[in-house]
Amino acid sequence: MTLEKHKYDVLVIGAGGAGLRAAVEARESGLSVAIICKSLFGKAHTVMAEGGAAASMGNVNDNDNWMVHFRDTMRGGKFLNHYRMAELHAKEAPDRIWELETWGALFDRTSEGKISQRNFGGHEYPRLAHVGDRTGLELIRTMQQKIVQLQQADGREFGDLESRIKVFAECTITEILRENGKIAGAYGYWRESGEEILFEAPAVIIATGGVGKTFKITSNSWEGTGDGHALALKAGANLVDMEFLQFHPTGMVWPPSVRGILVTESVRGEGGILTNNQGERFMFKYIPDVFKDKYADNEAEADRWYLDQDNNRRPPELLPRDEVARAINTEVKAGRGTEHGGVFLDVSKRIPAEVIKKRLPSMWHQFYELAGVDITKEAMEVGPTCHYVMGGVEVDPDSAAAIGVPGLFAAGEVAGGMHGSNRLGGNSLTDLLVFGRRAGAGAAEYVKSNGANPVSEATIKTAADRIEAPFSREGGENSYSLHAELQEITQNLVGIIRTRAEIEEAIVKIAEIRARSKNVAVAGGRKFNPGFHLAFDLDNMLLVAESTAKSALLREESRGGHTREDFPGMNSTWRQINQIASFDGNQVNIKSQPLPAMPKELFDLFDVHELEKYMTPAEIAKGGSN
Amino acid sequence: MARKVNLRIWRGDATDGGLKDVQVDVNDGEVVLDVIHRVQATQMGDLAVRWNCKAGKCGSCSMEINGKPRLACMTQVASFAEDETITVTPLRAFPVIKDLVTDVSFNYKKAMEIPAYEHPKELAPGEARMEQIDVERSQEFRKCIECFLCQDVCHVVRDHEENKKSFAGPRFFIRIAELDMHPLDTLKNRKRKAQEEHGLGMCNITKCCTEVCPEHIRITDNAIIPMKERVVDIKYDPARMFAGLLKREKRN
Repeated sequence: MTLEKHKYDVLVIGAGGAGLRAAVEARESGLSVAIICKSLFGKAHTVMAEGGAAASMGNVNDNDNWMVHFRDTMRGGKFLNHYRMAELHAKEAPDRIWELETWGALFDRTSEGKISQRNFGGHEYPRLAHVGDRTGLELIRTMQQKIVQLQQADGREFGDLESRIKVFAECTITEILRENGKIAGAYGYWRESGEEILFEAPAVIIATGGVGKTFKITSNSWEGTGDGHALALKAGANLVDMEFLQFHPTGMVWPPSVRGILVTESVRGEGGILTNNQGERFMFKYIPDVFKDKYADNEAEADRWYLDQDNNRRPPELLPRDEVARAINTEVKAGRGTEHGGVFLDVSKRIPAEVIKKRLPSMWHQFYELAGVDITKEAMEVGPTCHYVMGGVEVDPDSAAAIGVPGLFAAGEVAGGMHGSNRLGGNSLTDLLVFGRRAGAGAAEYVKSNGANPVSEATIKTAADRIEAPFSREGGENSYSLHAELQEITQNLVGIIRTRAEIEEAIVKIAEIRARSKNVAVAGGRKFNPGFHLAFDLDNMLLVAESTAKSALLREESRGGHTREDFPGMNSTWRQINQIASFDGNQVNIKSQPLPAMPKELFDLFDVHELEKYMTPAEIAKGGSN
Repeated sequence: MARKVNLRIWRGDATDGGLKDVQVDVNDGEVVLDVIHRVQATQMGDLAVRWNCKAGKCGSCSMEINGKPRLACMTQVASFAEDETITVTPLRAFPVIKDLVTDVSFNYKKAMEIPAYEHPKELAPGEARMEQIDVERSQEFRKCIECFLCQDVCHVVRDHEENKKSFAGPRFFIRIAELDMHPLDTLKNRKRKAQEEHGLGMCNITKCCTEVCPEHIRITDNAIIPMKERVVDIKYDPARMFAGLLKREKRN
């Protein structure tokens, strides 16, 4: 059987928001683009994003602008963000949203007919463009249809709809290929047939999303297996700050089969409150000092805020996600949780039933169909769920180029730096658009100055042998069982609250599973065989888990999505450090690297007393890097 | 408390296949997809099934459960009697690839045939102003998760392979309706094209599509019938005349 081969200018791995936006940009630069997705086209995890896309359009409160958004993003990330990414994101997000409207997106409207914007945790003003609670679906569908529009234009021009942009659905990439130190393409297999496939392309954009499936309780779909993180590591790129994982405070906790499925933050944005089994609205107890001047410390003020945001502080339910997740965790551990180990989230007593059904339709549907709970009448039971990885491929902010690997680019959740130690809700959808576009443009520019880079037979053979291996073993390990063991380890030992002894134990156990995974055997043939697929996904998850555990062990402080029981506070010396993971072919190694410091013009956007809470006296004295 | 459930799963591919009986544990609150996954992890490692979000939002796990097109992630095991055998089979309107996975590429081909949205040339980004009430009509159709259950159940193509060439199906009728009702779209004659090029006239509004839609989109009432009524050339469309009769009856 001859190997199926394709040649493109740009290869986009992943068809979520970032991948599709990158593909549109590269194609509009006149290049040929292949989009590869593990699922069917249009099913990417982006469809699960509910709340909205943060962009300081100022449609609802005209005090909003990019500088306020930038400040909120840096605060949310506890100042570990790459300042340049946060700056580009805040500046470009409004244009990316308006652009979607020119492609046919239909966002909810204000009374003036502009795009409506809603409140969300950590955002000072109503900032999230939204479509009910299905904003991610709107983004995916709009870009999916934009791609069809481009294909139709190519059809008219060249007589072939797929002449310049083609979607390879249900296809998995197992290896990114390099020749002479530069990107040359990628190798993988069709999930349907199991047949192998080679792509030759001088530029590869990784847009594979997150890593949630390394954890037991997660909001992520089966696709979130850290493929791009692992592919990048193996291709010689670095991962930055992999210890930071966002546990979304509100996942469903009951029934067990839906444990982890997301309950959108919009429920709190629309007025939902959190209570424990004593009926206490407990979030008032958990407002950290750095946020005391922005969050109400009493119910009366918190409730007034929904009507008058200029003269009241925000309700503490809308604190950044890391704070709310830890608070819920503490309440449950103290025995004040619900019957099924969560807390109550109630919107039924706050807004009328018909308004709930209109503003939160898919939440109503999800609870009614899956849990038998009518959220217009009763409280929901919720608890933390692994939702998002802040860490990811180390990139150049402006071009999204992966550091150290010419021709490799990364955008979206798989890229690191943008969100620092904790992402604000709503910032991921605009992250996808802003950096997806930049990755597409960066790749286009690279391809125009670097020609094709042919793949050698030897490189192909190595990649092909690796795919064949699990079929040639008999009576080896079962990939489903190894995956379940890995999820137990990460959940219990490198979860929301971490300590040295547990992380060390996790590192040893992950290495053991990795050794056993070399002996995974697959039953059945190649045709649509999930056991075979999982064998490769598992390999990726193991590398991700190792990166997370090793980074978590070294960072001796608590910040955002990394909480160390043995080092409970933030440490301003650690704030100046990025942890860089690389792979030597055998194991992941971590080194520390200075975090790029903000230039004066961004430094000066903050009140210096606020910065004093995060930075060392020497940094404050310097007042910016220039 | 775990109990056992009897599951009958279609296994095979385009060349051959049949129903296989298995018994599997089921816990409180589980959906059909959960028990299929348990079969996969413990008894049939190579059982093929599509799924993604497991929350009714992506439309991947479409299959036929006791003969009815449904999402496996939104079908509670408890909705069947305890001694009832649950039969799961692949979507019938599309060619089987393996087990519960079918080739749904028909739908993606049809998607490429629907003329795309056209934005007014003079309207710069950020300038659009639309009333909420005007966007809501199209928003209903944009809720579609592309599970293709409506395409599967539609009898115009379900057992009539020959109709597929000239029939876009309910999913794409709502796509056309969405664009037709879009407050800004400038492309003209969408309804006429729906009739002439995409087979709208072949639909005789039995509403099967509306019944299986997991998003409860009123495909027939809000998309198909309004388009049929307004198509310019209505002369040879008996279904439209039938719809007109019903409507008159209602008025009386």
